[in-house]
Amino acid sequence: MALNASTLKIGDTHEELVAENLSRTQIVQYAGASGDYMPLHTDEVYAREIAGYPGVFAHGMLSMGATGTMLTNWVGDGRLTQYSARFTRQVWPGDDLLAKATITNIIKENGETLAEMDVLTTNQDGQSVISGKATARIDA
Amino acid sequence: MAEFKFPVDASQIMLFARSVGDNNPIYHDSEYASGTEVNGVVAPPTFVQASAQYDPKFPLRPTIGKPWFGSGKEATGTPKPKEQPKEKSEKKSSDSARMLHAEQQYIYHKPIRPGDELSVTTKRGNSWEKEGRRGGTMSFSETITEFRDSKGELVVTATSVGVTTGKAVSQD
Repeated sequence: MALNASTLKIGDTHEELVAENLSRTQIVQYAGASGDYMPLHTDEVYAREIAGYPGVFAHGMLSMGATGTMLTNWVGDGRLTQYSARFTRQVWPGDDLLAKATITNIIKENGETLAEMDVLTTNQDGQSVISGKATARIDA
Repeated sequence: MAEFKFPVDASQIMLFARSVGDNNPIYHDSEYASGTEVNGVVAPPTFVQASAQYDPKFPLRPTIGKPWFGSGKEATGTPKPKEQPKEKSEKKSSDSARMLHAEQQYIYHKPIRPGDELSVTTKRGNSWEKEGRRGGTMSFSETITEFRDSKGELVVTATSVGVTTGKAVSQD
């Protein structure tokens, strides 16, 4: 299931649709599972009337978690050594999220072979919502 | 610097994986998981966020017996003496409404498994300011959280960058 250095090359990509028509319910589900009950994400009245947003939007960490699904499906379970994300744009109910990883480097470090990759998650309009990086142990 | 214990259980891992839309059996099926390379159920990559459930001071969780800033009868549960949202601008907001998550980084040292009891320590990192195009003046601050197992060994290092924006982030 893990990636192999003999077949993997720089520029290789993997992408998955990690959210489709994202629901307010899933945002609430994430709030409950993570313990982050910030009303910006769970309370439409608060988000509009107090915070001045058009409505609730997803936790950045929901998008990072969903994007992580694409990563572990590709690199295998327990293989990530690093994963980082910048939240570049809000994700709204109804959004579709396409997560993509691109291999940028394959290195050897402390006897392990590591694949470095750029991570990009975009919404249905092709706008970036997450821009990040990940590193995974791969088979030599 | 804050410190608390984060007991990891199988249900929490399952619920967290579901909430990010991940149906990989490695997060809920111990029979399947025991036959894989990681040899048992492990937690998904962003799971340590759920440690907030055990953080006694986590501000984004309603505290029993205390007012909450989400809406009940009124649009805000916490009346603030300085603010009268009904009379002043509807767009006026509290600082908490302007606090957003800008960046998150994890370094994984070893897998998290059900039954682990992680010790969580948090310290402040750097802070800086920037003029933003969409959100006015933005103040960034970094928080570094270390998750260690019962032997004191690092399991995950998490660095979070929060941003407080001058105004609601515009969409264009």
